[in-house]
Amino acid sequence: MAAAYELCCRECGKRYANAPLSICDECFSPLEVVCDLDAAKRTFTREAIAAGPSSMWRYQALLPVPDSYIPTTPAGWTPLMRAPRLAEHIGARNLYIKNDAVCLPTLSFKDRVVAVALANAQTFGFDTVGCSSTGNLANAVAAQAARLGLKTYILVPSDLEAAKILNTQVYGATLVRIDGNYDHVNRLCSQIADRYNWGFVNVNLRPYYAEGSKTVGFEIAEQLGWRLPDNVVVPMAGGSLIVKIRKAFKELIALGLVEDKPVRFFGAQATGCSPISVAVKTGADHIEPQRPATIARSLAIGNPADGVYAARAIRDSGGWAEDVSDVEIVSAIQELAETEGIFTETAGGVTTAVTARLYAHGRIHPDELTVTCITGNGLKTTDVLAGAYEQHAPIRARLGDFENYLEERSEEDALELGGSLVR
Amino acid sequence: MSVRVLLPNAFQKHTNGTREIQSTAGNLPQLITEIEATFPGLRSHLRDDSGQVRRFINFYVNEEDIRFLGNEKYAFQDGDEVLVIPSIAGGSFSDARNAADWTAIPAKRVRPCGQHRCCSYCGQEDCHCSD
Repeated sequence: MAAAYELCCRECGKRYANAPLSICDECFSPLEVVCDLDAAKRTFTREAIAAGPSSMWRYQALLPVPDSYIPTTPAGWTPLMRAPRLAEHIGARNLYIKNDAVCLPTLSFKDRVVAVALANAQTFGFDTVGCSSTGNLANAVAAQAARLGLKTYILVPSDLEAAKILNTQVYGATLVRIDGNYDHVNRLCSQIADRYNWGFVNVNLRPYYAEGSKTVGFEIAEQLGWRLPDNVVVPMAGGSLIVKIRKAFKELIALGLVEDKPVRFFGAQATGCSPISVAVKTGADHIEPQRPATIARSLAIGNPADGVYAARAIRDSGGWAEDVSDVEIVSAIQELAETEGIFTETAGGVTTAVTARLYAHGRIHPDELTVTCITGNGLKTTDVLAGAYEQHAPIRARLGDFENYLEERSEEDALELGGSLVR
Repeated sequence: MSVRVLLPNAFQKHTNGTREIQSTAGNLPQLITEIEATFPGLRSHLRDDSGQVRRFINFYVNEEDIRFLGNEKYAFQDGDEVLVIPSIAGGSFSDARNAADWTAIPAKRVRPCGQHRCCSYCGQEDCHCSD
């Protein structure tokens, strides 16, 4: 390979020199980046990685950026946490959470993909970047483009959560609300990218952008002490993340950094937008698009770009996909917060609820080392919890009033528990 | 009756740069046939080895995915705007297989890649995907 990385058609295999290009001109299939693993072998060692920055850029040798690239944003390197209390709730004994709810700078895993995409936008000389987004990507592009001084056009469905709109506009980005769902927005962005010389991170920069997701897989392996888990549970919108985590594991195996072992991949969707889950469950060889109707707006992609590859990764690995209702999503957000102190957005509710179901249905054995991927922060989707918690009338700042309050609370608890006091 | 058909940049190599055509096709199969007749060089790229239109190619009518309108059964209306967008999503494997074959998919499928043979999963010429 002439360069350390280049583009390759996922279907016909045609190779392309690096360019802002996402579609094969021979078979019109998607392109992806292939890295020269032989070249990476020299620099991608456990020691070199350990000496690298405390960010996703510790894996720079396996990311599609020039050797001379100096990162400006410390995205990634998020906690991998044992989750014993959630595990106890759902019948697991060896459960971990990869917590990208605290990914910098905008509190979702999209910071990883945008970091790689914008590095390439600069390499290709774009002064304007953009994306179609269900919210998290919008936040990530807006923040990181601001830091790089790039002009930004971000297109979103008009019904996006208020927090995600605010968290885009605050960075000075031009936010264009589209009367339609994400799939309408995405289709329009394809047309815009054809017409204007802009770098759309998930259109003409998509092959580079998607590689950023590999860092979730690299981190899981390193944080487990350079070993692979038995199972990974991943939320699916476009379907790229689950495919790229698997690719990351394969690359680590190929480089001899982890011992080869089977890892099963499980996909999570909301029932109101479950094209990939349906494909896995029915054994379909294609993705049937859906019109999304779910509170999990960050996963509401009815025509997922990598859906067919996600379904394939799941089936090849011996995994499964599940989808859960909006009620289950909200309950799971609360359960994760109450058990592990992690406040996730609706997508994380989907992943948590699906994880619970996989244990309940016996698809995951309790003792198997399982990592569930939380990809976004609950502060962005507080609207789904509106009315979930009652606020009592304020009391005076007097000890007597506080004691009365406690007494009333214990009476209420006693009523709720059918007459038996907690203590 | 005429519909306006917008072609993507990715097609232009095979359409001598033409971005837009007017068509009198009554439905999607007729439109595809007309596009192929107009641009003979596009045919082998538009269809897979079994002659099926590649599923990574999406068709939209007036902003709506044609699959939501009845797909091949949808009768074009005068003035419709048809968009052709490749590779946005919704593809299937070029060697489509039925559900029963899923379990038989090997971890590594090797296909020709110019002078080399690269893994269809990771794209590497010499990978360990099936080890």
